[in-house]
Amino acid sequence: MKPAPFAYKKVRTLEEAVALLAEHKDARLLAGGQSLIATLNMRLSAPSLLIDINGIGGLDGIAHKSGTVEIGALVRHAQAERSDVVAKHAPLLARALPHIGHAAIRNCGTLGGSIAFADPAAELPACLLALDGEVDVTGPKGKRTVKAPDFFKGLFETALGPQDVLTAIRVPAASKDSRVGFAELARRHGDYAIVGLAACARADGKGNNSRLADVRLAFFGVGATPLRAKKAEAALAEGNVDAAVAALDLDPQDDVQATAAVKKHLAGVLLRRVAKQLMEARA
Amino acid sequence: MSDLVLDISLTVNGEQVRERIEPRTTLVDFLREDLGLTGSHVGCEHGVCGSCTVRVNGEIVRGCLMLAVQCDGAKVETIEGLSDSGEVADLQAAFEQRNALQCGYCTPGMIAAAQDLLLQAKERGGVPNRDQIREHLSGNYCRCTGYHAIVDAVEAVAQARAGGKQ
Repeated sequence: MKPAPFAYKKVRTLEEAVALLAEHKDARLLAGGQSLIATLNMRLSAPSLLIDINGIGGLDGIAHKSGTVEIGALVRHAQAERSDVVAKHAPLLARALPHIGHAAIRNCGTLGGSIAFADPAAELPACLLALDGEVDVTGPKGKRTVKAPDFFKGLFETALGPQDVLTAIRVPAASKDSRVGFAELARRHGDYAIVGLAACARADGKGNNSRLADVRLAFFGVGATPLRAKKAEAALAEGNVDAAVAALDLDPQDDVQATAAVKKHLAGVLLRRVAKQLMEARA
Repeated sequence: MSDLVLDISLTVNGEQVRERIEPRTTLVDFLREDLGLTGSHVGCEHGVCGSCTVRVNGEIVRGCLMLAVQCDGAKVETIEGLSDSGEVADLQAAFEQRNALQCGYCTPGMIAAAQDLLLQAKERGGVPNRDQIREHLSGNYCRCTGYHAIVDAVEAVAQARAGGKQ
């Protein structure tokens, strides 16, 4: 028995969850539990109450509607991985999902949980930023939508307030001229990345003359939040990969996995790999 | 409203189980300490090593990253159940023949994860290659074998089940 004692309540509605969060200041929401339960086991977190939101209906759908792909917060990584809608209309997510944890973890972990937890080395926050997606949040004052750049505030810090529940994420559906790229380096497949890169762009023009426009590069594992590399984006749009690598202005810190210098070098390696993916015609 | 002790009812290896537990009890601790099913092992207890891998409602999960209370109403299968039913008998035999274990601590989780891959492959109608085997077992640590023998064993069973030679 490793976690400190806590009470447990399974709720059926969002309103119940929000009300319980208001009543119990140190309560935590339980979705997939793949980060939360690890922190409970290590007693890094000792809430008085776990509010299990898995019984709330309507949060586990994946839908393609009006130019966007909307994914309910309780959709499991494995479920999204198997989804034809995600494969066809959200190809960046489809590329990133197999890198999230291991099979047993992807069966439980949720997309909403990954975004809400906002681990700086996690794949989905970077995808959301690269795609300029948004999240739906329900709190004491009702429902609101937050754009990705406004959502990730700092280390494990988001725009979610203490009584908020993230209910869905939304990304623009890919079009014929969409290009996506994804790569990460981890010690073992499925581990958190040492460095990773999620990217998207639009092919401008046709065939061999096509250029990239609207390049968006979101690196992860190199800062407190996923980070855009805007100077490199501009250079890549000019078609110059060497200049894009030279223009990387990331400032990572040393961590247990790698030194800052190694991370900076690896970021350049990943940029070259992802640039190649972006320039390939979409299959 | 919410209690520090709860009653749960679930199926474990085909048997109906009713127990009173604390919500903080992880699934693997519940299996080992309340039910005496010690085949599921406890390694890192934060989701990294995979030695607690069990099947819940047909899908493999980390027994240390799921609470027993979340399994109320669920169908849980441990290595004891997989073994007694004969479902993984060929995997067990292949592990033994190819020295795919030394201390055996990782083996129950490794077998559960390998069986998960083989069931998925059967559904898709293909035989997983060595890279796919390695990727699917990437969440299971083995500190003895260096993995080659494990990949050999799983590959042999994959081919045998698909009708090839072992």
